[in-house]
Amino acid sequence: MFDNLDPTFLGRVQFAFTVAFHILFPAFTIGLASWLAVLEWRWRRTGNEVYKEVYRMWVKIFAVSFGMGVVSGVVMSYQFGTNWAVFSDKVGSVLGPLLGFEVLTAFFLEASFLGIMLFGWNRVSPKMHFASTLIVAVGTVISAFWILSANSWMQTPAGFRIGADGLYYPTDWLDIMFNPSFPYRFVHMVTAAYLTTAFFVAGVGAYYLRRGRHERHARVIFGMAMIMAIFVAPAQLLFGDLHGLNTLEHQPAKVSAMEGIWETERGAALRLFGWPDQKAEETKFAVSIPKLSSLILTHDLDGEVKGLKEWPRADRPPVAWVFWTFRVMVGLGVLMILTGIFGLILFLRKRLFTTPWFQYWCMALAPSGFLAVLAGWCVTEIGRQPFIVYNVLRTAEAGSPVPGGQIAFSLLAFVLTYFFIFGAGSYYIGRLIARGPDTQEDGYGAHGIQKPPIVADLVSTRGGKHV
Amino acid sequence: MFNLGGVLDLPMIWFALIVTAVFLYVLLDGFDLGVGILFPFAPSDECRDRMMSSIAPFWDGNETWLVLGGGGLFAAFPLAYAILMPALYIPIILMLLGLIFRGVAFEFRFKAAGRSRRLWDLSFHFGSLAATFMQGVVLGAFVQGVKVEGRSFAGGPFDWLNAFSIMVGIALVFGYSLLGATWVNMKTEEKTQEWARKSALYLFGFVALFMALVSLSMPLMNKDIRALWFSMPNLLYLSPMPVLSLLLLLTLWRDLRAGREYRPFLLTLGIFLMNYIGLGISMWPYLVPFSVTFRQAAAAPESQSLMLVGTVFLLPLILAYTGYCYYIFRGKVAHEPTY
Repeated sequence: MFDNLDPTFLGRVQFAFTVAFHILFPAFTIGLASWLAVLEWRWRRTGNEVYKEVYRMWVKIFAVSFGMGVVSGVVMSYQFGTNWAVFSDKVGSVLGPLLGFEVLTAFFLEASFLGIMLFGWNRVSPKMHFASTLIVAVGTVISAFWILSANSWMQTPAGFRIGADGLYYPTDWLDIMFNPSFPYRFVHMVTAAYLTTAFFVAGVGAYYLRRGRHERHARVIFGMAMIMAIFVAPAQLLFGDLHGLNTLEHQPAKVSAMEGIWETERGAALRLFGWPDQKAEETKFAVSIPKLSSLILTHDLDGEVKGLKEWPRADRPPVAWVFWTFRVMVGLGVLMILTGIFGLILFLRKRLFTTPWFQYWCMALAPSGFLAVLAGWCVTEIGRQPFIVYNVLRTAEAGSPVPGGQIAFSLLAFVLTYFFIFGAGSYYIGRLIARGPDTQEDGYGAHGIQKPPIVADLVSTRGGKHV
Repeated sequence: MFNLGGVLDLPMIWFALIVTAVFLYVLLDGFDLGVGILFPFAPSDECRDRMMSSIAPFWDGNETWLVLGGGGLFAAFPLAYAILMPALYIPIILMLLGLIFRGVAFEFRFKAAGRSRRLWDLSFHFGSLAATFMQGVVLGAFVQGVKVEGRSFAGGPFDWLNAFSIMVGIALVFGYSLLGATWVNMKTEEKTQEWARKSALYLFGFVALFMALVSLSMPLMNKDIRALWFSMPNLLYLSPMPVLSLLLLLTLWRDLRAGREYRPFLLTLGIFLMNYIGLGISMWPYLVPFSVTFRQAAAAPESQSLMLVGTVFLLPLILAYTGYCYYIFRGKVAHEPTY
């Protein structure tokens, strides 16, 4: 009864669903880990307990998010094989080492030192604890390095040859790792992760300020987040632009889909909105600004922009998806930059912490980073279609020899599980936020494990203030 | 492009490394999955808190070995990965779902109160149980062989399901439970410890029984395995294996009766090692039994070379800081309730 289901399509939906859920957590924890390191550093430098209390609140949120990132990540490491066996077989020699190095250089590091970060307050010196936080923060970025390198290779493959047996063999590791789109994607994504955290944190800070709760903590939380909004959000515009130009060079069809341009033209207009119609090969109801597309893409008012008709129909990505998710991402980016500008003006007028409309604004934008990350990944991944390895291997030729019904059922199981589990996770994060920072000592660090005598003695001779 | 293939037997080295990684996974996640299986049987909530606290700092690192097993297989033996994953599709997905339910329970349980805490207790238990059972089923299906045509799996979605694979699933549930019980026996005191010791004694009989069942049914099912173990002179060379296993089992029984704290856990690890080596000998040299050897499945020598260079530096480092973490959280879990 499920024989007529298309395994490739179901495999894509399953991968998209599981990876979309997964990416929310790394995107959040990459930024959060670095922020926690900054907080602990500020606390050690200034001795101001507010930093420590903010740290202790957010490290719990970090732990919940990280746990969900881990369990949804284990799924990913098996899904290449379950649904994309032909892909795994063909590219294993090229991509396998990148993923292997991710595990060896990042996952173990994060997992091991997270234990100390959460439960080690009483068991290691304050210096070692700070080192653990730093190591976890560095681990998250190393992890991003490898996985983005692997993803970028699928977008802009380099440094390989295809053998007579149809398998892909590496010819130059540096070309593979630092393939043409990797540096741009890496910077763009890590910055996106930092912004995701910053805007979520800003939303929470704004909520406390609005409610008049945890005033001192809220100022630290909100103030630090605003620094990110003011300086990093505009930088992301630059990184995004550079990434876009890189895509234009290596994956022009994707850019044409982002722009919704079908005919190759000079002085192409920027279609702000519209409805790209794949069959009719035109973008209907377009609202355009003359020449702007050419200006953005070629930095010349009369530059030539290729239209989608340059490529055979079978080689075009689903245009409407790419077109619209791109607009969502850019729109959210613009709102983020505006937040920075408003924040700066309010700061100069000494009203940053006391302006109600701005607090509502920031609360509304709390999920903006998550949405922008999802939208951005939709642009780049759907824009890569119909290829799994761009211009080399088609997605339709890469799937596993398994029946569609099997994928459909496992997809259903994933959907039910993820909504239940991650719904609960969001609920607990919400509760931690509602509770706010604890101002007196709580037992988190102790975690109910007895201090071994030697460490306990050391701590008491050192004064044990931080324990 | 550097290539160590000329001087080193790369597929052999990688085979050894992957086999070791999977074994470390079995040992490390084995005891914390076992704790999850035993969880609802503990006498009180206080015991459960202590059991959870004893593994909370480690579970994440332990599970990373599973990611290394999957990622490493993909990297070093992509063909085996590409055949085994579709072949074992359903049990692997169920295992992953089980791991999700148990993994989140660590965080959620400490944050939940009252009745919802009960929910995460159940999630922890059934997640651990399902993951363990499915790992056993995967193993049981694996050793019976996988149908292959060309470079892909050629069987049906339920090829893995039969009485033997279910028996191995049950066997692993008892095995991990014993690991968990001896771990708790080592890491706790008083009531919890006493209960863990009794549980270990109870589980001991089942583990011995299932070890015997699995060890006997494998040569009965497969004539190559039978020939391997029961022909001369192999019988002589291999005889230390069952003898050692028996010795370990006997010592474990006596230690548990005598109320020893540390050695039962180490002995259980030893018993797992014996079983694992026994399986390894039976499967040699197949990575996809009985059609693809580890040499046929190997990635390009350039790929294995690159990873080997990295692994030579990284693996000792990983083992060192993993050991450091176990050292930091050594000793007994305390009386006071967790946060």
